[in-house]
Amino acid sequence: MAKITFITSDDETITLEGTSGSVMALAVDNGIKGIDGDCGGVCSCATCHVHVLPEHVSKTGTASEIETDMLELDDDADEFSRLCCQLEITEALDGVVLRVAK
Amino acid sequence: MSETKKPICVIIGASHGGVNCATALRKEGWEGDILLFDADPVLPYHRPPLSKAYLTSNDGIDKNVLKSAESYQKEDITLNLGVKVVAIHAKEQTITLEDGTQQNYDQLVLATGARPVIPPIEGLATAQNAFPLRTAAHVASIKKGINASATKRVVVIGGGYIGLETAASLKRLGAEVVVLERESRILARVTAPEMSSFFHELHHQNGVEVLTGKNVSAIENNDASNVVVCTDGSRYPADMIIVGVGILVNKELAEQAGIKIENGIVVNEKAQTSEANIYAIGDCTYHFNPHYNRFIRLESVQNAVDQSKIAAAAICGGASVYDTIPWFWSDQYDVKLQMVGLSQGYTEVVVRKEDKPNSFSVWYFNEDTLLSVDAVNNAKAYVLGTKAIKQKIKIDKWKLFDSTSILKLDTIVAD
Repeated sequence: MAKITFITSDDETITLEGTSGSVMALAVDNGIKGIDGDCGGVCSCATCHVHVLPEHVSKTGTASEIETDMLELDDDADEFSRLCCQLEITEALDGVVLRVAK
Repeated sequence: MSETKKPICVIIGASHGGVNCATALRKEGWEGDILLFDADPVLPYHRPPLSKAYLTSNDGIDKNVLKSAESYQKEDITLNLGVKVVAIHAKEQTITLEDGTQQNYDQLVLATGARPVIPPIEGLATAQNAFPLRTAAHVASIKKGINASATKRVVVIGGGYIGLETAASLKRLGAEVVVLERESRILARVTAPEMSSFFHELHHQNGVEVLTGKNVSAIENNDASNVVVCTDGSRYPADMIIVGVGILVNKELAEQAGIKIENGIVVNEKAQTSEANIYAIGDCTYHFNPHYNRFIRLESVQNAVDQSKIAAAAICGGASVYDTIPWFWSDQYDVKLQMVGLSQGYTEVVVRKEDKPNSFSVWYFNEDTLLSVDAVNNAKAYVLGTKAIKQKIKIDKWKLFDSTSILKLDTIVAD
C-alpha cells in the first residue's frame, strides 16, 4: 500500500491509496484533473505528465529514454517530469507528492 | 415544494468516446443524469491492447478497463451494459431499447463506433474458428481457440494494422501464422512503401509468412479446420481464421433518425450533428479537420477522446472547437510505431535513419509542407514531427535526411 498525493493545476491536493497498477490508472479512476492516460499506459500519448517533488525523486526514479522523448511534447517538462503511466505503484512510492502538469 | 427536473444526457456507445464524454461532462459541470448504453456487456475497456499486449497476456479484461466500476458510481454515471438501442426519435427526444423500453433525453451523444467488415467470401460464415477482432469477446474466443488447437495454424485475411498486430501476438502464443493481403504490399492504404517493406521484413524475421497479391475466393470447411483458397489457386490450411479487412461505421441509428450522413455521421466543429441536441463522436463521425482543411473519418482513440471533450463542452455551453492533429500507434513484436498527421496526398517521403538498430522515421511531404511522420522505435522523431506539423515549421529535407546530425528541431529546420 502506498499513499500518493496529487496537486492539481487548481492547487487542489488529493491523497489516494493504491496497492498495484500504475499511478496513471489510480489517478484516472479517481478523476484527477489533468491526467487523461488516453493511450492506456503504453507511453504513447504524454497525457499523464506529472512533476515529482524534487526531494521525492528517489522514490520514483528518473524517466526512461522513450519517456524523456515523449515528455518533450510538453514545453513545461523539466528534470522532475514523469509520465505517471510509467510509475508502478509499490511501497517505494509511499508518501510521494506529484504536481500535475498544466 | 416543487422539484426541478434534472436534465438527462444519454450516450449511446461506451467505449473510449462514450466513457470519456461522460467523465468530461462531469468535469464541465453537467449536473443532470448521464446514462451510458452499450450492447457490449463487459465493463468498458481499452480497445487498442486487444490485438497487442492483452491478446498475449493472461490478464482478465478487468486489468484492461477504462475505469473501475466504482469510479462510475462516484461520478454518478449510470452504465447500461448489454443493452442495445434500436431507435432514436429525434422529435420526441427519446430512444427505444431492444426490449421496447423508451428512454427520454435532453441531450444525446452518438458514440456508436464501427464494426468489422465480414467480406462475402464463400464458406466464411460457416468456417470453424473464424473471427474478426474488435471486442473483448472476440479476443476471448481467439484465445480459447488457439489454446484448444494442437497445430495452431492461423490464416489472417488482411495486412492492415489489426491483421499484423494480431499476427504478431498469435505468433508469440506459438501459432503458425500466414497473412494474406490483397494489395501488392501490406499497409498500402496508410503508409509509404518504405514502411510496408520494413514491416513485411519484420514479420518474416519473426517467422510470420506475409503474402501479398492474395485474393481469397473461398473457405473450404472441414470437420475441425478450414482451407483458405485464393483466386490464384493457392490453398492455406487454417485451424483459425482472423478477418481484418476494415470496418463499417455504425451509422444506422442516426440514419433512421434522419440525421445527415456522408462517409459517417456528419458533425460540425462542436461535434454536433444536423440535429441541434444530438452530438456524435469518435470512429462513427465524418468531421472537418482544420489543419488538413478537409472532411475526414478517423479510426482512433485520439479522435474519440478529443471529440468527446468537445461534445461535453458544447453540451455544457462551452465554446471549444475541434482542431487537432491526429495521432496513432501500433506495437508489433518489440517494435513501437508512432504516427502523427495524415499522409494522404503526399508527393515525397524522406526516410531518416538513426544509429540504433530498427530505429528510423518516415516523413511525408506535400511539396514543402510536412504532412505526417511515421516513427519506428523513435519517440523523438514522433515528438519533433508533432511540433513541426502543429506549428507549420518548414523542414530542410537534406538536413533531415543527414543522419550524422543529431535529430533536433534546430538541426532540421529550413534556413
